[in-house]
Amino acid sequence: MASATDLPPIVGEVAIPAVKAARSRGGREGRTRLSAPLTGLLWLVVGIYALPLLWFILSSFKPGSELFSYPLSMFPREWTFQGFFDAWERVDFARYFLNTATVALVTTALTVFFSACTGYALAKYNNKGTRLFFVCILATTMLPTEVILNPTFTVIRDLGLYNSLAGIIVPSVLTATGVFMFRQFFLTVPDDLLHSARIDGASELAIFFRIMLPLSRPILFTLAIFSFQWRWNDYIWPLIVLNDPKSYTLQVALRSIVGAENIDWPVLLGASVISILPLVLVFAVFQKYVLNADVNAGLKD
Amino acid sequence: MANPTVSPMAAPEVLSPVPVRTKSQQRRRNRYVIAPLILIGINVVLFLVFFVWPGALGLIYSFTDYRGVGKLHFIGLANFQKLFADSTFYAALSRTFLYTVLSVPLVYVSSLGVAALLVSKAVRGRTAAKVVIFLPWLISPIVVGVIWKWMFGQDFGFVNFVISTLGGSPVQWSSNGNLALMVVIFAAAWGGTAFNMLLFIAALKNIPEALLEAAELDGANAWQRFRNVTLPGIAPTSFMVILLSTIHAMKEFAMIQALTNGGPGTENTLIVQYIYKTGFEQSKVGYASAASMVLMVVLLAIALIQLRFNRKKG
Repeated sequence: MASATDLPPIVGEVAIPAVKAARSRGGREGRTRLSAPLTGLLWLVVGIYALPLLWFILSSFKPGSELFSYPLSMFPREWTFQGFFDAWERVDFARYFLNTATVALVTTALTVFFSACTGYALAKYNNKGTRLFFVCILATTMLPTEVILNPTFTVIRDLGLYNSLAGIIVPSVLTATGVFMFRQFFLTVPDDLLHSARIDGASELAIFFRIMLPLSRPILFTLAIFSFQWRWNDYIWPLIVLNDPKSYTLQVALRSIVGAENIDWPVLLGASVISILPLVLVFAVFQKYVLNADVNAGLKD
Repeated sequence: MANPTVSPMAAPEVLSPVPVRTKSQQRRRNRYVIAPLILIGINVVLFLVFFVWPGALGLIYSFTDYRGVGKLHFIGLANFQKLFADSTFYAALSRTFLYTVLSVPLVYVSSLGVAALLVSKAVRGRTAAKVVIFLPWLISPIVVGVIWKWMFGQDFGFVNFVISTLGGSPVQWSSNGNLALMVVIFAAAWGGTAFNMLLFIAALKNIPEALLEAAELDGANAWQRFRNVTLPGIAPTSFMVILLSTIHAMKEFAMIQALTNGGPGTENTLIVQYIYKTGFEQSKVGYASAASMVLMVVLLAIALIQLRFNRKKG
């Protein structure tokens, strides 16, 4: 189960493993001794984390009668896609996918762009105004929007955004984590780069768009994936803003199945698994940006 | 703000020999005032419209009997008086505290523990393990709720099946308030580990190897190395994780709605759910806003206490 990165380099780097081995005979004995138990412990933990999801997904392939018949078995005795078909028929997935994807993509694009702008301004224009706004942004992480649920609803209604996807998108664009991630990144970019661009006669906005924004590509991707996940899974704002079932997002639609008097488990299992798939696909493609994300960049000051 | 860079406002002033405002100075003013204004403009507007405005409205509502439509009638402190006499409000608030106090340490320990295993060079298959443990992060709180409802089902749940296979009698998880809360806490830890784990992995990687080796040479055992080198090294991240997961726990809504819907009865109705129910389902907007103000004060107090605590330690 060792992954590629854990294998010792074989070609062309003969000397390096030797040095490593020598070192580990010296001060690092403990590590080699601990290797097996620690690996075992990690994979036990992995098993614990995987179990609920595995059980859930495998259950979604069981026919309705098998879901509730003792003794339960891990794997379906009879594999079926009926739950998925029923879910697809009962739940208007095409519509909910489209609504959710619209919200997630548009919000993400806006969030990434405005977070980059704001983060850059906070990092490189250090004046009273930007400092004040930085404190304001900090406050939004301490005070979640949930504490102003009712008045925000009034604001959205008064702005004419009620029951529209824009009503979910616009309030979510300002994201403290996104701003912090970019601010922290731009702090690490040397000021000399800025100065020399200025001496060369570049305008401030040109410096941002042509030099700084391209430089921040890794942060950009990371935030894009995080933001997409947040918005895809958002529940409370769509619940409040959307009234017409036709404009529901996936999560609100799912919740209406869970909230039913008698839960139709085969449909719910199928629908839930279908709802997870898009994000799993996104994650599979952009996995390295997520797992190697220095999320800390946004958090330590 | 720990910004070591020289303020760009100051730099050009030093260079200009004449204190008269010239054309080029005007241009510099544009540079250092107009450019940042354009860059942060939209977010400032969003902040004013979606934080400051509703915040002010909420404060005003909390002194009225507003029901979502019609004129505002000011009723002074009546909402707050009613709130502090309302046993369901107290129940929701204290249940939220209990939930927070129990779930934050579990999230902290699980994410730090997993992160420590994942950075340990002695462990095989770290990348694959990371991917698996990260999966729950992709799942929406609604589905996390559904998954754990399914795991802890009364007659057909996996957990009860294991218990009865081992010879025990099935437990009625959702009809006992404390057991239901326990399931919620497990679900929260399961869904909340991945993000915090990333924070801890980054922090752990930042601890200089030499420091740990030096401690080892000095005869420090694993626990002593963890206690005296690792823990202080990750203190800022620990602080962030505790603060963020506390706030996250205080505003838990979606997952608990799907998992228990606040039940059994209303026993596990947490504060955001209480605000949602009173404000949107019963249209007592003024009253719900008063409850929101109390929650806001509580959250601010928590944040300030933790900030103070962190500053003292650092």
